[in-house]
Amino acid sequence: MNKPIRTISIFCLLLFLALMINATYLQYWKAGQLNDDPQNRRVLVAAYSRERGAIQVGSKAVAQSVESDDQYKFQRTYPKPLEYAPLTGWFSYYSATGIEQTRNDVLSGEDSRLFVTKLVDLLSNDRTKGGNVKLTIDPAAQDAAYNGLKALGPDVQGSVVALEPNTGKILAMVSLPTYDPNKLASHDLSSVQDTFTRLDKDPTQPLLNRAIQTRLPPGSTFKILTAAAAIDKGLYKADDPVPGGVTFQLPQTSGVTGEIDNEGRSCGANGARIPFTQAMGQSCNTTFAQLAIEVGAEDMAKTAEGFGFNSHYFDDLTPQAESVFPTDANEPQIGQSGIGQFEVAATPLQMAMVAAGIANGGTVMRPYLVDEEQSADLDVIQKTEPQELSQAVSATTASEVTKLMVATVNEGTASPAAIQGIQVAGKTGTAQSGQPDKPPYAWFVSFAPAENPEVAVAVMIQSADIPRGEIAGGTYGGPIAKAVMEAVIK
Amino acid sequence: MSQVAASPGSSSLMGFVHRRRRGAELFLLVLALAVGIGAYAAVGIGVEEKVPADLVGYGGWLAALVVIAHVVIRFVAPYADPVLLPVVAALNGLGLAVIHRLDLAKEADGRFHGYAQQQLTWMTLGLALFVATLLLLRDHRVLQRFTYTSGLAAIVLLLLPMVPGIGKQVYGARIWIHLGPFNFQPGEVAKVLLVVTFSGYLVLHRDALALAGRRVLFVDLPRGRDLGPILAMWAVSLGILVFQRDLGSSLLFFGLFLVMLYVATERPGWLVVGALMFVGGATAAYLLFPHVTERFDIWLHPFDYYGKNGDQAFQPVEAQFGMGWGGLIGRGFGEGDPNRVPFAESDFIVAAIGEELGLAAVMAVILLYGLIVERALRTALICRDGFGKLVATGLGSIFALQVFVVVGGVTSLIPLTGLTTPFLSYGGSSLIANWVIVAILLRISDQARRPAPQLSDDTTAIGDDATQIVRL
Repeated sequence: MNKPIRTISIFCLLLFLALMINATYLQYWKAGQLNDDPQNRRVLVAAYSRERGAIQVGSKAVAQSVESDDQYKFQRTYPKPLEYAPLTGWFSYYSATGIEQTRNDVLSGEDSRLFVTKLVDLLSNDRTKGGNVKLTIDPAAQDAAYNGLKALGPDVQGSVVALEPNTGKILAMVSLPTYDPNKLASHDLSSVQDTFTRLDKDPTQPLLNRAIQTRLPPGSTFKILTAAAAIDKGLYKADDPVPGGVTFQLPQTSGVTGEIDNEGRSCGANGARIPFTQAMGQSCNTTFAQLAIEVGAEDMAKTAEGFGFNSHYFDDLTPQAESVFPTDANEPQIGQSGIGQFEVAATPLQMAMVAAGIANGGTVMRPYLVDEEQSADLDVIQKTEPQELSQAVSATTASEVTKLMVATVNEGTASPAAIQGIQVAGKTGTAQSGQPDKPPYAWFVSFAPAENPEVAVAVMIQSADIPRGEIAGGTYGGPIAKAVMEAVIK
Repeated sequence: MSQVAASPGSSSLMGFVHRRRRGAELFLLVLALAVGIGAYAAVGIGVEEKVPADLVGYGGWLAALVVIAHVVIRFVAPYADPVLLPVVAALNGLGLAVIHRLDLAKEADGRFHGYAQQQLTWMTLGLALFVATLLLLRDHRVLQRFTYTSGLAAIVLLLLPMVPGIGKQVYGARIWIHLGPFNFQPGEVAKVLLVVTFSGYLVLHRDALALAGRRVLFVDLPRGRDLGPILAMWAVSLGILVFQRDLGSSLLFFGLFLVMLYVATERPGWLVVGALMFVGGATAAYLLFPHVTERFDIWLHPFDYYGKNGDQAFQPVEAQFGMGWGGLIGRGFGEGDPNRVPFAESDFIVAAIGEELGLAAVMAVILLYGLIVERALRTALICRDGFGKLVATGLGSIFALQVFVVVGGVTSLIPLTGLTTPFLSYGGSSLIANWVIVAILLRISDQARRPAPQLSDDTTAIGDDATQIVRL
């Protein structure tokens, strides 16, 4: 009987070998794939229980992990929840957004660049501690933007974005209404789900980061771009006279629907020429519709795309909505596009980039929010270098447009943004919402100081508790932009 | 029959006598205790950040149990295999520590069971039966007398869960009986009895089975009257198990039957026939029974089923996640979440070990099981009587198959079927039955390793005209 027993022994050996090979496959080769499975709660709980790094603004944390007594060991907290929610996002048991999501590798400590620290942790049996993410935000500018927008009333929907023109650093980014990420990061999971459902279903969309996700017609603020296109094409200079008019009938149209007016602002008689500064200062629709037609659809689109329209350029937060400029508009359409109507739609970030591009001599810098990534021991593992996105217009054009914008602040509609002792360049905007029961959107873009710009701002008010007639950009947007610029400069 | 069994004096002829090696056993037992007690201390440090207060008491109890077993072996089975007891003690100790760790996690969730305490009681009882077996069973060949009795007992035991009143259906399988406060899985005892029955029958009828009969398509088919009883026996036990929806045990008994038939008859044809029968049966079950179909599909695509359809894939997928999470060296006691897998303390204890102690410990556990099987089969090889050979082979194979079915199921190598992991899993019936199995193996190995009784080898004392010793 010994021969079959030996055979059985070999058979048993094979069984055990199969078990060992399979266990090795499972725990070694397949382990990475298993750990990456989004359904794997263990990994989520572990990530949730880890001491994540902080998200810092200036020297202060706007998101940090503090020890807790429960099974998750650490509680994510947001010291200034409402103001910074659109930037930090939240880190909950179920999901993450904002910087918490886009820089999760560093914050969680999984980033390979943190490996040296991890190895040390492994040897010293320490729990992995995440690295820190330092934002480009200027806390004073952010405060000014947040408080200014919030002061418009409890129901305000809008956004403020401030950029450093020569680098693309985002100095302020505010979106209202907002939410409290602390409630979503809570360890009381059922309340987290309730809160999320409520926020998600809220018709005012508090979870939306309007600065990068809401596209609206930019209205008259787009005239900066139309002026830039016209000057860049060599058609006009800042002190040239431009076509004016009480009304302008768009080509190939007839009747009121194709007629553009200035809502009573002083823009000369039909057929007359008016100074470019007056056209900009009074935000003359008739002028800029004509200029856009003179520039032509192709060059208009080229300039708009130079400033970032129709493209994706921002990944620090997701998802960035691409701003839109029509690429195959006919004459009447391009006329409307020239005053920021028709299909033109821009995010507040995009309009801030337009202002910053002019401020930076026509060079548009890629906007960025993350300044530095640091290890847990505060060693810098990556510092973002400013990056040129495009040369949208020439430096000469930029300085000509700046003259027009300065005049608009000094003598025109953008006067609320004027700062004592500093030259400010600005432009208001009011865009038709296209719906009779909805008030128009108010815009304001500006930069300062005009001769050596340190900050460019875009303010967008989607809706607020203010009378319809007073919505015009300058009245409400101007002071906010002014406050932000002052906060940066002083 | 092979030469060894046929010539009682062969071991002395070859000049090789097994040493008792009881000292080696004691040394290995110290190592095994270090595993068990060390793991228990590590659980305390990992989970509660302090050495358990009852470490001395617990360790002392474990040590006492093991030392008693060792002393009994010294007296009643001095030539027994020295590796078996330490391996089993290490597995049992590790199992206790892991169950204790799972207890602590359950306690933190507010559902305290005290499984580890109960398991220690079962272990004590198991060792008592182990000692009793060694004391009462002085020669394993006595068991051969109970061939038919134990067959009958096995069938009765397997039928018991079907009896209304004492049978109990737990998670789909009707394999439990409960009498007053005691719950019992009779299948665990039945497997020992079946090994005895098969061995007893086969050792008597092996020649008839192997030689008498007709040859059909390269296979020598035995006569119906030889095969009949055992085939009926197998069919009844298998039928009961299928009826009880206990796939794991069905597989175990079928495999056991096949192995023993093959070893007894030395006809590899049986393996071919058996394998074909298994494939046929499995295919039929897959096509006929929806729950088997589902079980199979879940095995093939566990991640598609995860979180759906009553979440039947939850257990295997969570086990995979846990083991992947553990990686090579594991998270460490208290750092994983092994309780995510339902029944982590019983069927899925290997997943808990994989998660917190890593691939290293899983390998160690598989190797320890391999050692048990190896020692059992080695015993079978050197055993001098056919019955002992068959019993040792049967018990060793049942170990190998059970470990393969349960560990393979937990690690998704094969479809999941419910079986306990010998000596590791929480569960009284299984633990006690396995301790008895080890006692029987030790008894057989004691007989096998004992120096052969000196037959009249000394020819000098006998006259020249004396009968010649015929050496075979």
